[in-house]
Amino acid sequence: MPALIKDGAVIDNRWTRPVLAAQDPLPAGPVLVSLEYWNANAAQITARADSVGLLLQPDEDPAAIRGGLTDIPLIAIHFPAFTDGRGFSLARLLRERFHYHGELRAVGAPIRDQLSYLVRVGFNAFELAEHYDPQAALASLADFSDSYQAAADQPLPLFRRRG
Amino acid sequence: MYLYDQTDRQIIADRVAQFRDQTARYLAGEIKDEEFLPLRLQNGLYIQRLAPMLRICIPYGLVSAAQLRRLAAITRQYDKGYAHLTTRQNIQLNWPALEDVPDILADLAEVEMHAVQTSGNCIRNFTTDQFAGVAPDELIDPRPYCEIMRQWATFHPEFAFLPRKFKIAVCGSTHDRAAVRFHDIGLNLRQNEQGEAGFEVLVGGGLGRTPVIGSVIRRFLPAVHILSYLEAILRVYNLKGNRDNRYKARIKILVRAMGVEAFRTAVEAEWQHLKDGPSTLTEAELARAKGFFTAPPYANVDPAATTATLAEQAAGDKAFANWLERNTHAHRVAGYRSVTLSLKPTGVPPGDITAAQLDSVADLTERYSFGEARTTHEQNMVLADVEAAQLYPLWQELTPLGFATPTLGTLLDMVCCPGGDFCSLANAKSIPIAETIQRRFADLDYVYDLGDLDLNISGCMNACGHHHVGHIGILGVDKKGREYYQVQLGGNSGEDAALAKVLGPAFEESEVPDVIEKIIASYVAERVEGESFLEAYRRLGHEHFKGVVYARPD
Repeated sequence: MPALIKDGAVIDNRWTRPVLAAQDPLPAGPVLVSLEYWNANAAQITARADSVGLLLQPDEDPAAIRGGLTDIPLIAIHFPAFTDGRGFSLARLLRERFHYHGELRAVGAPIRDQLSYLVRVGFNAFELAEHYDPQAALASLADFSDSYQAAADQPLPLFRRRG
Repeated sequence: MYLYDQTDRQIIADRVAQFRDQTARYLAGEIKDEEFLPLRLQNGLYIQRLAPMLRICIPYGLVSAAQLRRLAAITRQYDKGYAHLTTRQNIQLNWPALEDVPDILADLAEVEMHAVQTSGNCIRNFTTDQFAGVAPDELIDPRPYCEIMRQWATFHPEFAFLPRKFKIAVCGSTHDRAAVRFHDIGLNLRQNEQGEAGFEVLVGGGLGRTPVIGSVIRRFLPAVHILSYLEAILRVYNLKGNRDNRYKARIKILVRAMGVEAFRTAVEAEWQHLKDGPSTLTEAELARAKGFFTAPPYANVDPAATTATLAEQAAGDKAFANWLERNTHAHRVAGYRSVTLSLKPTGVPPGDITAAQLDSVADLTERYSFGEARTTHEQNMVLADVEAAQLYPLWQELTPLGFATPTLGTLLDMVCCPGGDFCSLANAKSIPIAETIQRRFADLDYVYDLGDLDLNISGCMNACGHHHVGHIGILGVDKKGREYYQVQLGGNSGEDAALAKVLGPAFEESEVPDVIEKIIASYVAERVEGESFLEAYRRLGHEHFKGVVYARPD
């Protein structure tokens, strides 16, 4: 399993991502499930709320998530390729429109040099491709000391903050 | 023009440091080629046919004397002593070494320049009218809005990995000199009945493989909402645009697939969530931005006396008269004119400029035009604020520098991409075609008699030479490994926008000047008094010219 960067540190990744059909039972341990599984198994998931997270595909709409987002401990957004930028918009929607405050994780193929933008749109956790040294990658989290436009990490554009 | 404050400087310095580190890691083998690709592209760096190419941003075409001198120094130190103006008001170097690029970017940053987002699938440079702020037909000066939008787009974290590149043009005058109908987003600044500033918003225009004229999705958007509205358009595109096929990935394809009405509805629905949020422009920010684009201290001149003197000078010197007529333009301040420095002398690739010429333009701006110049999307440069009484001495200086070719707006003022001599995408060379046509039409009086005539040349269907919007367009194509040229007629980039239509089968390189000559000769023979080439084409029809060009001799 790829190393995990979360909240600026490299930590162990405990969350599994099994492929589940809608009628399959929930496996033990912290687990990420698809939107389809999530919506089909709301009762089971509620009972184990703190160890079930949601894996969102880039073509899925956050508005389709059943139930509130408040109690979801982890939403992961899948990047099928690092050049597929849909996850950047989805992250902002989850943070700014759906007011999701839990862990938001970029999984799939994000690369080290996207970290500063991923942080800006609201991600706080990242699974980088295997060939990146996660410890070294931490340096890329803060490539920029400031930014012009409003985003999830800074709701005010620079023009409202210039001295 | 806009001047950086400490934060702007820091952000650009951060970017230089970031790319220096990325380049070092790439050269050390720590970043894969395909991962480095978008990183270098978003710093302006292409790998071309012969060498890397670095595209440097000239934000909405404004450049200072100090910046011109720095560009000259960079071309000498890191390149071969010349640069090339692009059709989107940028400037590019053809021969930099990859390892030098971080140093070049650092040198640029010292004069508040960069190469940010000049390539790649992101929001590119905002382009506008080269006569912004001085044109008599201007309704609202677009430059403060361009700067506000430039800042918004710079390192926008949500829109750095779009389905495809994204180009925005802004026009503030009645006559469209920014080709807004051929951009992913085109913005026309307008006033409503209450006198408030706002934008007419067009989407889905573009050239390239699938040329499309943009559609209006909003008649009037109050200017304070521009950032949230752009964000809504970009978000819909980012989420819904085609990512499977790069040839179907531009927003024009999405707009066509959804239908303009459905696209507009999606944008408006998204915008309802963003409207009136913190990105709404404040009075203070508008005032701050406008403060960078105030009128320079114009001299108090006697326009009548100047006009008389100019008439006298023109009467005594035909060459000056030609230049005055073609290469200078009306100014909103009496006694002033704008001057275009032509980069289209015969024998030089259109838009190329040497280091010595860049230095000369810097000097000229300081002595004649308040220390600033502009780049144009027709690949020329402009001194926007020249006192009319200074035109004659300025012209005398421009002539030996190679800037006074008096052919602005004529057949000889061609728009031309770098083509197969430089570009790895090209199917055919384009610069030699421009040159053979310039040599064929060497008689200036004949060229003047033809009047305004846009001839645009692209070396491939990606259309960097904007052949679709030339009154005459030439497109290089590959036929079984040989270079051929397709001729198109009837395009226009202005407010009565039109796409050129292909005339018929393509020609060999050697045939092109004859074909152009036949088309022109037919226009001259058939035109009615005062009729431009484009008007005559529209009246006579496509078939007429097809017959002229492809008629077999009896």
